[in-house]
Amino acid sequence: MEHMSSLYSAALRMTRNPADAEDLVQETYLRAYRGFDGFKEGTNLKAWLYRILTNTYINTYRAKQRRPDETDLEDVEDLYLYNRLGGLEAARAGRSAEDELMDLFTEAEIKAAIEELPENFRIAVLLADVEGFSYKEIAEITDVPIGTVMSRLHRGRKALEKLLYEFAVSRRLAEPQPDPAQ
Amino acid sequence: MADRPDKLEPQCEAALHEIYDLLSGELDDQKREQIARHLDECSPCAEPYDFYAELRRTIQQRCRDTAPPSLLARIEEAIRREPA
Repeated sequence: MEHMSSLYSAALRMTRNPADAEDLVQETYLRAYRGFDGFKEGTNLKAWLYRILTNTYINTYRAKQRRPDETDLEDVEDLYLYNRLGGLEAARAGRSAEDELMDLFTEAEIKAAIEELPENFRIAVLLADVEGFSYKEIAEITDVPIGTVMSRLHRGRKALEKLLYEFAVSRRLAEPQPDPAQ
Repeated sequence: MADRPDKLEPQCEAALHEIYDLLSGELDDQKREQIARHLDECSPCAEPYDFYAELRRTIQQRCRDTAPPSLLARIEEAIRREPA
């Protein structure tokens, strides 16, 4: 079944739980099967499946898992992570910058950072930066105006940078720094 | 990380503000070419671009899970049980 592993990956980031993720993917395929007549040839099958996945997740799990409200996300400056970790790359002699970030963050850390984001931001970042959907496709998948998608991405990506930096600091790979803005 | 003056040139500030949109393929041709030209001429701006391109690749590669084989069987079974 095409897209099953990528749907399962997204379902895992959404539900944060393998059993729920399997149920969510199964329900997505069942709904797609039942509604297949509504799928128009020539339109994007992957986007359609993600739309069903996202709606099913929101309708089934949103009530179950209450996450911090959107207003809990503080805004941080552009280049937050680069300004704090960028120097690390130059400081490590003999390593290519290409491999640095891949080595710096484990799979568990990247996943944990994404899963930590409040729901609406998590879904937007997941669809844009992991799945590679366009902003317009994300607006259609999540049923919100494109301006809302852009604002969720803007804040969600910054929050993700901040979480990743916290992981780096906690593993002593980077020294805590005073806020450059202060 | 290259040392930069505290106050960025307007074209640097504009380019850096749109890193994510450029990497997401969301800028129109004119804007994309404008930023590409700027990056060719300004290494302190090119560096964070490479950093965020690598961050994007890292996030994508680290978030690939494989669905368990039993899931496919479960879904096929569920679909078989659906009324035709």
